[in-house]
Amino acid sequence: MKKQHFGKGLIHGIPIFLGYLSVSFGFGIMAVRAGLSVFEAFAVSLFNLTSAGQAAGVGIIAAGGSLTEMVLAQLTINLRYSLMSLSLSQKLDKTFTTPHRLAASYGITDEIFAVASAQEGTVTPWYMYGIILISTVGWCLGTVLGAAAGGLLPPAVSDAMGLMLYGMFIAIIIPPAKKERGVLAAVIIGAALSTALYYLAPFITSGFSVMICGIVTAALCALIFPKNDGTEAESGGESK
Amino acid sequence: MSIAVYIAVMAGVTYLIRMIPLTAVRGKIKSRFLKSMLMYMPYAVLSAMTFPAIFYSTGNTLTAAVGAAAALLLAYLGLPLIAVALSASAAAYITGLIMQSL
Repeated sequence: MKKQHFGKGLIHGIPIFLGYLSVSFGFGIMAVRAGLSVFEAFAVSLFNLTSAGQAAGVGIIAAGGSLTEMVLAQLTINLRYSLMSLSLSQKLDKTFTTPHRLAASYGITDEIFAVASAQEGTVTPWYMYGIILISTVGWCLGTVLGAAAGGLLPPAVSDAMGLMLYGMFIAIIIPPAKKERGVLAAVIIGAALSTALYYLAPFITSGFSVMICGIVTAALCALIFPKNDGTEAESGGESK
Repeated sequence: MSIAVYIAVMAGVTYLIRMIPLTAVRGKIKSRFLKSMLMYMPYAVLSAMTFPAIFYSTGNTLTAAVGAAAALLLAYLGLPLIAVALSASAAAYITGLIMQSL
């Protein structure tokens, strides 16, 4: 069972592996330019496993910023992960004991969260470990390659690879949006709100914007299209 | 300051952000509103992360728009994740080649 779930996680992680390979390649190049060694760039990727947070972190290291600045930057950029963790806490199966939760917490990223959320029903620890392992390998490998050999790839190829993860996001959100009006509304409102913030309030960092859009959109959709879980009457409105 | 200290602080903060909700929230949430909200959250978050960022992901708005359109079409047709992701990148790459040869 464990092996089966682990294998399934590895396979589901292949698109993330490929996407991370290209994105972290860019991070590797950036880290070296900021003055980190290849090994330091690798360590940042291994211990953080996050794109925007690492980019900001390396910027702070390069500028010789304070640790307070580092803490605040990581908090604001990465706070969205706590929403994802909260959402994912409802999808964990009963074999997910505290040690497993502590371990799997390492790997809650936008993409891993997305793939795990798209699963029917609950997810097991070994399934999560499968996705996390292959994704981490892709992230670290890309970082090292980018740090050591950045600039070898034709720019046209690396540019096109920048689209990969977004393509994966679209593949996750569109099929359920076809089936459910509430999900379709979440996709449209989320995109509209994020686009509005991007152009009208450019001072909001991308991490914050994602949080605002996520909370506002999900709350609106929950009000307009409450999910009926079968235990309460459809007309029950706000429930306890 | 040593780079190792920076990395440790960075990693510590990021880990706690992920770990606390996942470990602390054990039971099933009862509120229908909260449950609905958490159900819609992934789609809202992913959509907000994709738009408008996808249009700036290749360094050229036109190639990115073609890639995004390809992704939307193939996802609508129900193709697997990896096929959608690779085809979207390929569409952007090919568009770039065509633009160069014009």
